[in-house]
Amino acid sequence: MQRTYEIMFIVRPDILDEDLDKLIAGLEGNITQGGGSIKSLEKLGRRKLAYTVKKFNDGNYVLLTINADGSLVGEIERRLRVSEPVIKFISVRMDEEEKRVAKIKAIRATRKKLSAQPPAAPTAAAEPAPAPAAEAASA
Amino acid sequence: MADEISTPSAPSSSRSEGSGPSSSGPGGRPPGARPSGPGGGGRKFFRRKKVCKFCVEKIDAIHYRDVRLLQQFVAERGKIVPRRLTGVCTTHQRGLARAIKQARNIALLPFAARY
Repeated sequence: MQRTYEIMFIVRPDILDEDLDKLIAGLEGNITQGGGSIKSLEKLGRRKLAYTVKKFNDGNYVLLTINADGSLVGEIERRLRVSEPVIKFISVRMDEEEKRVAKIKAIRATRKKLSAQPPAAPTAAAEPAPAPAAEAASA
Repeated sequence: MADEISTPSAPSSSRSEGSGPSSSGPGGRPPGARPSGPGGGGRKFFRRKKVCKFCVEKIDAIHYRDVRLLQQFVAERGKIVPRRLTGVCTTHQRGLARAIKQARNIALLPFAARY
C-alpha cells in the first residue's frame, strides 16, 4: 500500500556538492526501483544543529517527500543508516495528517459558505415569516 | 483559635455575606475559589484569558519543520512549555508535543540547551 512519507536527513557538512548530489541520486534510484515515487526533493542547505551529532555542529539538511510502501521505507532507512555521510535521519508518515487537515479545511469551507449567505438568507426568511403570522391571525 | 473565630465574624459584620455563600454555592462556583475572586483582595491585574494560538490563527498542521513556530512553545532550556502557561488547547498541545519531539530528533531543536 502506497503512503506518503517525508524523509529528512542530515549529511555531514564537509561533503562536496557533487558527492551530495551523487548520494541523493543514488537514493532516488533506490526509491524508484523499489516501486516508490518521489514527490519532491528539497535541499534545505547548511544549518546549525541544535546539538552536536557525531562531533559535527552543523549539517546539510535534505528533505525528501515520497510515495512508498512501508517495506520500502524500511529499506531506505537501512540504507541511510549504513551510508557514512548521513549523520541523522527521520522518516515521518504524512498521509493521515494530510487527510485530517483536508477534512478540517473542507469543514471550514462549508462554515464559510454559511457565514457568507446570511445577507441573502434574512430576506428569504423574512418573506415566509409574515405568511404564517397572517395565517395565525386569520385563523 | 482566636483567628478562626475572628475571621468568620469579620465578613459577617462588615458585609451582609450571610446570604452570599448560600446563593453562590449552587451557582457553580467552588467555595475555595472565592477568596481569589473579586470579593477577596483587590486584584491589581486583570488576567487576560489565554487562547489557543493554533485555534485563533487557524494553524491546522503543526509540522516539525517550522522551527520558528515550535520555538515559541519551548522554554529557554529546551523544555516543552505546559499548556497552563501557553493556553494552547489539549488537541493542539498533543500535536505540538509530537512535533517538538520530532524536531528534537532531527537536531532542529535541542533536547537540553547548552548552558
